[in-house]
Parts: sequence; C-alpha cells; structure tokens
Amino acid sequence: MAEENHMTGLDQGLESTERTGPSSDALVVAENVHKSFGRLEVLKGIDLQVRRGEVMCIIGPSGSGKSTFLRCVNHLEKLSAGRLWVNGELMGYRQRRDRLYELRDSEIAAQRSDIGMVFQRFNLFPHLTVLGNVIEAPTQVKRIPKAQAVEHALELLERVGLPDKASAYPEQLSGGQQQRVAIARALAMEPSLMLFDEPTSALDPELVGEVLDVMRDLAEGGMTMVVVTHEMGFAREVGDSLVFMDDGVVVEEGSPTQVLSDPRHERTQAFLSKVL
Amino acid sequence: MDGPGSQEPTPGRSTDPITAVPVRYPERWVAAGVVLVLAAMFVNMLVTNPAFNWPFMLEHMFSDPVLRGVWVTLSATVLSMIIGILLGVILAVMRLSGNPILVSVSWLYTWFFRGVPRLVLAVLFGNIAILYSTIHIGLPFDNYWMPMLGLEGDARFFAIDARTLLTGYTAGLLALSLSEGAYMAEIIRAGLQSVDKGQTEAAQALGMSRSKIMRRITLPQAMRVVIPPTGNETIAMLKDTALLAYVPVTIELFYQLQAVGTRTYQIFPMLVAACLWYLAITSVLMVGQYFIERRFSRSERGAGGHVVGGAH
Repeated sequence: MAEENHMTGLDQGLESTERTGPSSDALVVAENVHKSFGRLEVLKGIDLQVRRGEVMCIIGPSGSGKSTFLRCVNHLEKLSAGRLWVNGELMGYRQRRDRLYELRDSEIAAQRSDIGMVFQRFNLFPHLTVLGNVIEAPTQVKRIPKAQAVEHALELLERVGLPDKASAYPEQLSGGQQQRVAIARALAMEPSLMLFDEPTSALDPELVGEVLDVMRDLAEGGMTMVVVTHEMGFAREVGDSLVFMDDGVVVEEGSPTQVLSDPRHERTQAFLSKVL
Repeated sequence: MDGPGSQEPTPGRSTDPITAVPVRYPERWVAAGVVLVLAAMFVNMLVTNPAFNWPFMLEHMFSDPVLRGVWVTLSATVLSMIIGILLGVILAVMRLSGNPILVSVSWLYTWFFRGVPRLVLAVLFGNIAILYSTIHIGLPFDNYWMPMLGLEGDARFFAIDARTLLTGYTAGLLALSLSEGAYMAEIIRAGLQSVDKGQTEAAQALGMSRSKIMRRITLPQAMRVVIPPTGNETIAMLKDTALLAYVPVTIELFYQLQAVGTRTYQIFPMLVAACLWYLAITSVLMVGQYFIERRFSRSERGAGGHVVGGAH
C-alpha cells in the first residue's frame, strides 16, 4: 500500500514501527534525537538511556546541545528527527503504523506533568507566594483539594529547608532559596523524573552548596534525575553515570569516576583539563 | 582652632558639621516675581471680566439636563472602556497567535482605528445608518449561495431597523469602543510580551495547559504593565466623550452645556463650566488611578507591606 511509505521527517533512520517503548527499567530512552534551529543543527543524533533511579549528569562546553537535549525530554523543544520515550510513552506524538500524529496541547501537558524541571534562572512565578508557587500545579492540573495540596507543599518546603518561607514572595528570597523553592514546586507534582538545567549556574558561589545538598537528598531518595551541570564534584559524588556532550553528539559516556579521571576521548580530555 | 566660629582655617581633621553659606539664585526670585504678577493679572481678569458671568454659570452648571449629561458621560466612559478592553484582549491574543490571518486582521484593525481621528469616527458612525437601513441576523452571503443551491428565499432569521439600533448614543459608543479596542490591543500586547518566556516554560513543564498558563501565569503578570496606561486611557476616554456631541448625542454633557450657552447667548460661561466639569471628574479619576497603581506596585513588591513611597 502507498500508505505504508508515508514517512515523515521524523522517521529517518528508524526501522522499528510499532515500538511501544523500551524495556521496563529504562525510564528515558532517546533514540537518534536530532534538533535543528533553522539551519543550525544543535543535536546530531543522541542515543541515551536513563534507568529508573539513575542520576545521570550531562557535562560539556556551552553550545554543545546539552540543555537543548534536556528540553527535548519534556518536549519543550520539538525533535527534528528521532524518538524519545519517557516511561514507555513516546513524547509529543502518537504513532499509528508508520505515521506520527502530534499530540494535543492537553495530552502533551499530561505527559509533562509527570516530569519535573528545574531551570537555570529558577522561573518562579513572581506574583505568587512561595506556597502559591508550590500548590499552583497540583491544584490547577491535578485538581487536588487545596488543603491537601497545602499540606503536601509544607512538607516539601520542610524537605528543602525552607519551612518558614511559605508566605514570602520569590523576590524576597536569595537565589539559592529560590532554586530550592523551584525544586519543591517541581516535586509537588510527584514526578517520576526530574530534569535539572544547570541549576546552580546562576547562583553566587556560596549558595551553590545548599541547592546541591537538596539534590543529593533527592538522589538518595531514589529519584531518577538528569542533571546538566558544571559541578564536577556533584557529578562524581552523586551521579551514577556521566555523559560528555560536544557539538551535538555524545562523545563519551560512562561512570563518573571513569570519565572524569580517565577520559578516553581527546575532546573530553581537552574539556576536563579546562574545568578541573 | 575650635570649629566654624573661628576665622582661621583649621588644619587637620574637622569633625564639626558643615554650616556653609548656600549659593544664592537671585534670577530665580526675579522669575518667580514675574510669574506671580502674571498670575495676579489672570485672576484679576477672571474676576473682573463680565464675559465670565460667574453667577449665571453657577446657576446653570447644575441644572437637571447638565447633571444627566454628566451621567451619560460617565456611563459612556465606563462602557466604552469595558468594551475596549475586551476587544483589546481579543486583538492582542490574535496578534500573538501566530496564525497569519488572525495576525493580519488584528494588525489591519489597529492600523485603521489608530489612524482615523476619533472625531471623524464619531461623525462617521453617526451616519452609519446610510449604509444599513436594516440589520439582518442570519447566515452570510445567502444572496450568493442560496440561488447556487437552487434554494428560494433567504437565510435571515430576523431584522432590526438600523435607525432604532444605531441611535446617536449607540453609534457614538460604538465609535469610541472600537477605537479604544485598537489602543488597548497595543497596551495589552506590550503587557503580555513583557512577561518573561521562562514563566511560560516553567508552567508548561509543570503540565499546565495553554489557556491556564494565559489566565493564571501570563495575564496576572501582564497586569502590572497594563494597568498604568489603562488608567491614562480611561481619563483620556472621559475627555473624548465630548466628541459624542458631534455624532450627535444630544443628552451628552458637552452638548448640553453648549446648548444652554447658545440658547441664552452666554457661550463663554458654559464653556468654562465644561472645563470645570471635566477637570472635576478627571481629578477624581486621577486619585483613583494613584491608589490602583500603588496597590499594584505593592503586590509586585511582595507581602512585606512596606511600600517605597513617592515612586509616582
């Protein structure tokens, strides 16, 4: 049938058609992920798997595409080619036979609600209090009763070390406190995956530690995390795996100790010699 | 050796407060004197020139038709601002929608209504009944497609006489509202665009839908930018309701005051009365604007409650 040959741009390089997703212990599966902005190709075929409970750190020079990849995971960026599954669900599309159908806005929102994201610049909602920020999504998206959401939010604020800041507004907090609120806000949706996009890069040096402590706690609690970072110490200590990206490709992947102390590739060596 | 009292300059470190003789500005005092004289001349003219006829003005300024005119002016201001803001939100969202047809229609609308003077619009809408003697509600272009399908009759459900629907007041209100929509669209668009893109992304990442993000995240933050110019627009609109006199709307404040003036040959006092009425109402609105702006700058500052004063 002619229909069978209907391939969209997203199908290139793929043979499998009816993939319902990857094996059950992989929470994130990226297959040949490409992303271009106009003519600029930022991701040139990323293949990665993140197991449940794994903490994966992604390092690399700026412009290497690591943040773009992270934004592809929760479909803030549309892939140009390739596939990406989270929790066995193809992100952003529905596949029937060989065809991809874009998901509706509400369906994409539902997929995202299971993935927490923490941004470099916090992006707290400035018109809401700390508590308002944390309960916004649970009450508006999950429609959890307010009292219950508040109770959960206060627990989370306790967990990130800010039990007394519930009624403060974001701009009254330091950068480190804001980022911890942002983490609590993401956790309030009880996601099965947390994405961190350079969470400490916008912080004064003395505030980095408090944010990393919260992230370490989270990792110890078994959360699956993908962390784009420049904090090599955190990557070595907390990460289960380390990915070095450069120029839109994964150059090297392995255990943090191995990659950091015994990098195999020249590009990795060159990068690490500058940052370590 | 002991402070400012001594004639000789003291060597070393002085801890005494400085009590220096300030620089004098005599030319400022000369200018102030000239201004004072001019002001006195003006007040003298107000009091002595018989053309002002203050007793007559005071007698007619609060007559029933004039007070009804004030009421019409206020209601026209409120209604046209409400319709204008609603139109503005729709036009701004259209403009930012990314759909080429919606974007260009919104642009064209704004271009037209910002390009034509309000006075011209008011008169134009006053004569709109020339275009439509009756207004039909039904399916569009029925005169083309009904015969094509071989159908008889029309697809119009009911008709209204335009001369009853588009009375002076409605026509004038329409002109002001449509014009205001164009200005509000620009203000609201600027407000929406002032909200950082990271806000939308954070809300998307939390799984919020597009319409929720607009209502709960973007619009409330845009308000901070939208409110102050909207206050100015309201005050400008109050003054522009005087244009209704040219639709003509005979029950409107300016029309009424002028009517008294021409009827009694006391044109000037009634024009002064118009100035005083508009000044009085705009002053009240300005006070309201001050408090609204203060409130919004406070919520922006947070719950602390300590507002840094004098920022206006």
